[in-house]
Amino acid sequence: MPSIIGKPKKSFMTGNETAAWACLVAGADMMFGYPITPQNEIMHYWTRLAPKYGRGFLQTEDELSAGFTVCGSVQSGKKAFTATAGPGNVLMQEPFGMAEAMRLPMLAIIQQRGGPSSGTVVYSQQEVTLTTFGGNGEGMRIVYSTSGHQEIYDYTIKGFNTAWKHRFPVFILGDGYQAKMREPLEMYDPEDKGIEMVKPYPLIGLEGKIGAGRDPQHLCNIYSLEEELYEVVLKVAAEYEALEDQLIEYDEKNCDDADIIIVSHGVVSRAADDAVKALRAQGIKAGYFRPITLRPYPRKALREAIAKNGVKKLLIAESAYGQLDRLTKQEIFGETVKIENLFMPGVGIIDYDIINKVKSVL
Amino acid sequence: MIAPAVPKSWYLPSKPHKFCPGCGHGIVLKALGETIDELDIQDQAIFGCDIGCSLLAWDFFACDSTQTHHGRTTPVMVGIKRSRPELVCIGYMGDGGGYSIGSQHLLNAAVRNEKVTLILVNNTNYGMTGGQMAPTTLPGQKTETSPFGRDPLTTGYPTRGPEFLAAVTPDSAYIARATVSKYKQLKKCLRMALKNQIEGNGFSFVEVLSTCPTNWRTSAGQTWNFLEDEMEKYFPVGEIKNPLGKGDK
Repeated sequence: MPSIIGKPKKSFMTGNETAAWACLVAGADMMFGYPITPQNEIMHYWTRLAPKYGRGFLQTEDELSAGFTVCGSVQSGKKAFTATAGPGNVLMQEPFGMAEAMRLPMLAIIQQRGGPSSGTVVYSQQEVTLTTFGGNGEGMRIVYSTSGHQEIYDYTIKGFNTAWKHRFPVFILGDGYQAKMREPLEMYDPEDKGIEMVKPYPLIGLEGKIGAGRDPQHLCNIYSLEEELYEVVLKVAAEYEALEDQLIEYDEKNCDDADIIIVSHGVVSRAADDAVKALRAQGIKAGYFRPITLRPYPRKALREAIAKNGVKKLLIAESAYGQLDRLTKQEIFGETVKIENLFMPGVGIIDYDIINKVKSVL
Repeated sequence: MIAPAVPKSWYLPSKPHKFCPGCGHGIVLKALGETIDELDIQDQAIFGCDIGCSLLAWDFFACDSTQTHHGRTTPVMVGIKRSRPELVCIGYMGDGGGYSIGSQHLLNAAVRNEKVTLILVNNTNYGMTGGQMAPTTLPGQKTETSPFGRDPLTTGYPTRGPEFLAAVTPDSAYIARATVSKYKQLKKCLRMALKNQIEGNGFSFVEVLSTCPTNWRTSAGQTWNFLEDEMEKYFPVGEIKNPLGKGDK
């Protein structure tokens, strides 16, 4: 692929603009989208960039259509993506389910807004449950929760490769703050960082003559017998679980001697990082643990972090009313560490909030 | 016994097909198979099946095919066509999938003049789920969810799909209604609807009036009478828009 960025360069832009550029340099062929705040500018930038690089865009009639056109596009062998938020994410669970069932390598950028329902157009971390386990399936998805613009850029590029390599739907889970604020990042062409982009390939519309060199491809998504579906789900689950060790990503700091570990994800982890530094300066042994992949969850790493110093408490901090909390608890079931929480649904969390909470529970 | 000739594009391992005796799908799919053969598009055709009885056609053809969700065949076909314009995308759905749960997709695909061919089989009820009232159920017609007959005052009048699509499409769209009782006319409509896509003109749509003796609870004679006397009266058969003119270009 010809260079788009040239030499790696520092930029200063919004998270939505970052996401559009990342899709471009990752070689995305098509975006299908429907307007919903706070992800709109991904479409705005994509519609300006795409024609210059021979990429496609369609504004669909709703999020159902955006998701299903992406399903069709990836089936035909194109790197396609969409972006949404809130109620749009709810509607897209239907096509995301199809992607899960048919192992379609689609990528969706979710910029979380307040909920439930129409909520706010601003910010939250309330789409964790929906993005990790939405739909009538088993959560066979890969969800990267980014904390800032560099990660939006890096993980969007990585996300396309994860999707096309393993054929599970991939989600870049951001939020309205990351979407709308500007911050510096380094932009680069993947090749300049030694990243080889996985080439997309068609599942239907294959080369060659049917009956003379190739068979027709009949892609199945519904089964006549319980046992057929059972076999398929078990196979997919086994493949997903076999990949977990190579997919999980997390960040951990100061857990070796910690009395309390703050567990957070996404943009809140930046406040947690600052809080840990401030608490340490005050002599409080706080640690930091951040799952980057929410699916699959880095359960082993968190269990090990808990075990290191026999930590007394976990503090789960999130801009939701217990979604990361539930996810974390089910992943570390059996641990006896006391779990405190700081739930601030739909509003931002700053270091001060976490510091105060830690002091109140230690 | 001499087996009847079958289209080359049929997928023989999936035959005999799984439709009920007396169902019209087999006639539509035979006409479609012959048309695919005549236009020599078997290798480029993508056959997308909606949920409902139309799903039973998912491996009917020796063409690449995909299953989707109820009502979502249209956007999947649009996604493929927008990505690979050289492919010939054929969406196959029932009246529930097209006119009810997927109506926003059908309407907007038509408005955008998406270059796909959609075939909608109208049998006036939801067959696969056990015979509920559909958007196309005729006034007074009894179904499982209109057991005393469809009352237009409370449930509206039957959807005339081709007419409403004709109202929102540009002149380059092909819009027609055919019936399984007129095989030659059906085949002509399917041929035109495929040619219109292949020539890159625009949206192409054929509603096919069809039979459902299982859910209608009709004998062979009653089935045919309902199709020809009741349905064809309410749903006029013929081309509404044909940018290709009388013959093939």
